[in-house]
Amino acid sequence: MAKFYASTRADNSLVGAGSRAGTRGHGYWRDLDWVLLISGLALTVLGSILVWSASRADLASASDPQSYLKRHLINVVVAIVLGYLASRLNYRWLRAYTPIIYGVSFFLLLLPFVPGIGVTVAGARAWIDLPGGLTLQPSEFMKIAVILMMAALLSERKDIETEPSGRDFLIALAAAALPIAVILVQNDTGTVLILGTVAISVIAVAGVRSRWLVGLIGGAVFSILLAIQLGLLKEYQVARLTSFISPELDTGASAYNANQARIAIGGGGWFGTGLFEGPQTQGKFVPVNESDFIFTVSGEELGFLGSVLLILLLSVLLWRAAMIAWKADDKYGRLVATGVLAWLAFQTFENIGMTLGIMPITGIPLPLISAGGTSMMAVWIAIGLLQTVRLHEVRAEI
Amino acid sequence: MSERSNLRLIVLGILIFSLFVTLIARLFYLQVMEGDEYRAAAVNNSVREVVEPAVRGLILDQAGRPLVSNRTSIVVTIERQKLNRQDEKGDLVIKRLAKILGITPESISERLLPCGTEGAPKPPICWNGSTYQAVPVASDVDPQTALTIMEKRSEFAGVTAKLTAVREYSGPFDVNAAHILGYLGPVTEEQIADQGQSDAYDRLRRTDTIGRSGLENFYDSQLRGKPSVTTLEVDTSGQVTGTVDQKPAVSGNYLVSTIDAKLQSVVEKQLVAAVQRAQGQGYPGDSGAAVVVDVRNGQVLAMASYPTYDPGIWVGGVSQKQYKSLVKSDSLSSNATQGLFAPGSTYKVVSTAAAGKEGYSLYSDYQCPKQVKLGTQIFRNYESSAYGRISLARALEVSCNTVFYGLADRMWEAAGGNDATRDSADPIADTASMFGFGTRTGIDLPGESAGRVSGRAFKVQNWEAKRDTWCENAITGYPETRKTDPKLAEYYTALDKENCADGFRWREGDALNAAIGQGDTTVTPLQMAMAYAAIANGGTVYEPKLVKAIMGADGSVIERIAPTVKSELDLPKSTIKFLQNSLPGVTTDGSGESPFIGFPLNQIPVASKTGSAQVTGDKISTSWFASYAPANKPRYAIVMMVTQGGTGSKTSGPSVRKIYEELFGINGSTVNPNKSVLIGGMPSKALPVIRPDGTPVTPKGKMSGVVTAAGTD
Repeated sequence: MAKFYASTRADNSLVGAGSRAGTRGHGYWRDLDWVLLISGLALTVLGSILVWSASRADLASASDPQSYLKRHLINVVVAIVLGYLASRLNYRWLRAYTPIIYGVSFFLLLLPFVPGIGVTVAGARAWIDLPGGLTLQPSEFMKIAVILMMAALLSERKDIETEPSGRDFLIALAAAALPIAVILVQNDTGTVLILGTVAISVIAVAGVRSRWLVGLIGGAVFSILLAIQLGLLKEYQVARLTSFISPELDTGASAYNANQARIAIGGGGWFGTGLFEGPQTQGKFVPVNESDFIFTVSGEELGFLGSVLLILLLSVLLWRAAMIAWKADDKYGRLVATGVLAWLAFQTFENIGMTLGIMPITGIPLPLISAGGTSMMAVWIAIGLLQTVRLHEVRAEI
Repeated sequence: MSERSNLRLIVLGILIFSLFVTLIARLFYLQVMEGDEYRAAAVNNSVREVVEPAVRGLILDQAGRPLVSNRTSIVVTIERQKLNRQDEKGDLVIKRLAKILGITPESISERLLPCGTEGAPKPPICWNGSTYQAVPVASDVDPQTALTIMEKRSEFAGVTAKLTAVREYSGPFDVNAAHILGYLGPVTEEQIADQGQSDAYDRLRRTDTIGRSGLENFYDSQLRGKPSVTTLEVDTSGQVTGTVDQKPAVSGNYLVSTIDAKLQSVVEKQLVAAVQRAQGQGYPGDSGAAVVVDVRNGQVLAMASYPTYDPGIWVGGVSQKQYKSLVKSDSLSSNATQGLFAPGSTYKVVSTAAAGKEGYSLYSDYQCPKQVKLGTQIFRNYESSAYGRISLARALEVSCNTVFYGLADRMWEAAGGNDATRDSADPIADTASMFGFGTRTGIDLPGESAGRVSGRAFKVQNWEAKRDTWCENAITGYPETRKTDPKLAEYYTALDKENCADGFRWREGDALNAAIGQGDTTVTPLQMAMAYAAIANGGTVYEPKLVKAIMGADGSVIERIAPTVKSELDLPKSTIKFLQNSLPGVTTDGSGESPFIGFPLNQIPVASKTGSAQVTGDKISTSWFASYAPANKPRYAIVMMVTQGGTGSKTSGPSVRKIYEELFGINGSTVNPNKSVLIGGMPSKALPVIRPDGTPVTPKGKMSGVVTAAGTD
């Protein structure tokens, strides 16, 4: 693994932290992707309002009904600071330390198994307890680590035009498969699906041979079908995955969630009931509507127009991610941006899709909107990483 | 960058773009296309109703005395679902409850079985209400017992004792009036289903009780009022988060009945007296009815049926034992409006009117032989004997059957006799229909019987219904009967052969029987009263009414129910005049004379007609007494009848006289309208006054106790 410490491109070695005197470009603040930043901030503000609406009902009788919102805002501030730091990272440094980031993330990922530290939420043993009543979901950081690791491994070749070798392909695949296996054991099906999609997207854009790509996608689909067929998935997991197809057949908790979510969203109409006015939201009929089901709050209280605005904001963010990937001047940058793009896109689709009843119900948050500190931090770090790629590309052009 | 990488990034971009388009499309479908459906579901989800039933309206008599009121009672109810969760379906709880209430465990458990399930008793003992509604098993429980039940929650799981508003049927003067007032019962699933998908706040709910018979049923929507409904917004845990809507209760409306409680009490007593009189003569006297109507508007002043029952029995549910005795005694249905009886000689007014209409002379003399022979059949003069040549008026007075046979025979011949077709004239049947026989009177009570007018039309109808059976029997020839009694089988077969061939034919014998109210004709006592009222008032058949006004609980008049004319008698004036002039003679010189000996007929002339209707089998005749008075200025029509009661004059007559005495304030031979049971000597024209607190102003004087009819025997 010693190779990682070597620089891959001559011009890369010249680039340090953006603001350092003597570098090319127009300075950090001018070179930032402002559309990306502003759409991210707008989503975070919108998300905070929705979290407020969802949580105030739960805490109506508590001494401070705003306590949940306050904690969320602290998380947001920490997340934005982390994002800023990520955007300031030295490209070479980042690449060099990727194995360490990966190693630390993987170590954290194993902590939920430790008795006394690990916490099980909704059947998934994916959280760890931190002092001060905080919890951490290490799989969120693992997503970043996997993206960085795969990007590094698949952009190994100096020649940007050459495709990754079979060996690179397999090692990158292993880098994704290892945490996926662990998360699978932790019962966090949603994160497994997201990571799988991210891995396939990164491998695809890395330019591996089509044969391998087809084999990979086919293998993924086959193993899902096989798992269901052989009963490797527990009955409730299958029920959870299939209840969205015919919710009226399933009277279990996930079908209840699906029905209540659809009632909330459907009831919103064109303009919504108005903030804090949604009967489903304020009546606490939709479970976990401050995190996984937060889109129901938007659907009910802000209506079709408000929810479309939310989706459009997310689309703008993803469009910027895609453009950064497109314009990236090196393969590493492209793959990092592609990984972030795939992650945020599929997580958004899965999350909103499950509240609309077109995707199975899994426990994953809506990026930048849902409450949940770890996710918020991970997404802001990812935005920071996109900025890093962007800054690198802008400076390389000139 | 490699072409391949670029291409794949583009593909990824397009894939993501299409996924987001899918999201927006789905969002549009859910929120805009199907939005209404989900909005309704959301409202359903988060809203709970707290329903407090309205105070049910009172039923007042014509003077403002409450016939039905409300009171509170401690009612013990059982929630079946909670009980079923206990060991052995709460057997122990039922036993404990039975012991403390002093009843048998069976009398509790039988009420808990839903109607139609295995082993369940018949309605109304079985539970006819909703699964979610608590079943009342005992009412008027003493407070000590109720306290015990409520304190020992663990021993009486699923049992509740609480103060509940119930109906109070013990009206003034020991009035019973069970068949008029009716009773309440739980709403049935069918009634809930019948109202469809209503979300009106005053819709029927599963926990409601509803009028099941009598006025309680007929005027249920008026009496019910509107419940107070508070719509609360709740969250998933049922915590109230706010009030969405509040609808105040609207008390049910009051019915002002045409019934006079005091007169009703007299009539009920006198009906029982008539029945006892029948039984005193050694007759079964098993049932009876009495009706008093105002001939000028059709208002029913009193109406009684024997046997009767205590309407309070339904409060808190009826036990199987109680219900069995009700059914056995046949006291649930009203003989006055639902009972069907052969009218006998009281029907002769119809035959007389038909003769007048057909142009037969009403003032000629007619032969009154002892009997009339028709082929092998002999038609006797039951009640009277041979009087020789007498006037038609005299024939009515002495109720000579053979005179009416003769008239009927002439009308039958005139219509074509045996050669008549189905469409030939049938004057007696047509006249009977005109008087309101064969159709419902239209009284404001549920379940009234229409009765049947024997005639050409009925014969055809009956033949069409039974022809197949008759023809089949004619062929098979009663093989079962033939084994034991070949002669009888032969007779039956011959009869059915004839019926099969021309059972539709209106024969001479049929016509003769019909003319004296025998044969297939059946009437209700109320129909008879309305017919005699029509003669009295000069030809108007009114729809009888039991309610003259509907008032709000605040005393406002909501509706005055005007008299309704059912039909006008299409008879020559002279014919009605003839009947009006002849019927008082029945009381002075005819079959109605004996009960009215000593009655001041010179001041209050009474028009009447007796009847002793023959009943098939070896049953005793039905005693009828139909009348109205004063004959010169008619006010009231009274009809009384007792089945298996003997003659009209001996059994029913004396009771009718007593009722007239009470109505007109007659003591011996003096008439004093101030002594009448009716305040002021006649039904009140004004409506009762209702105080702001909803209590009616009742007339002065005692309302308790039994009215002692002047000179009750």
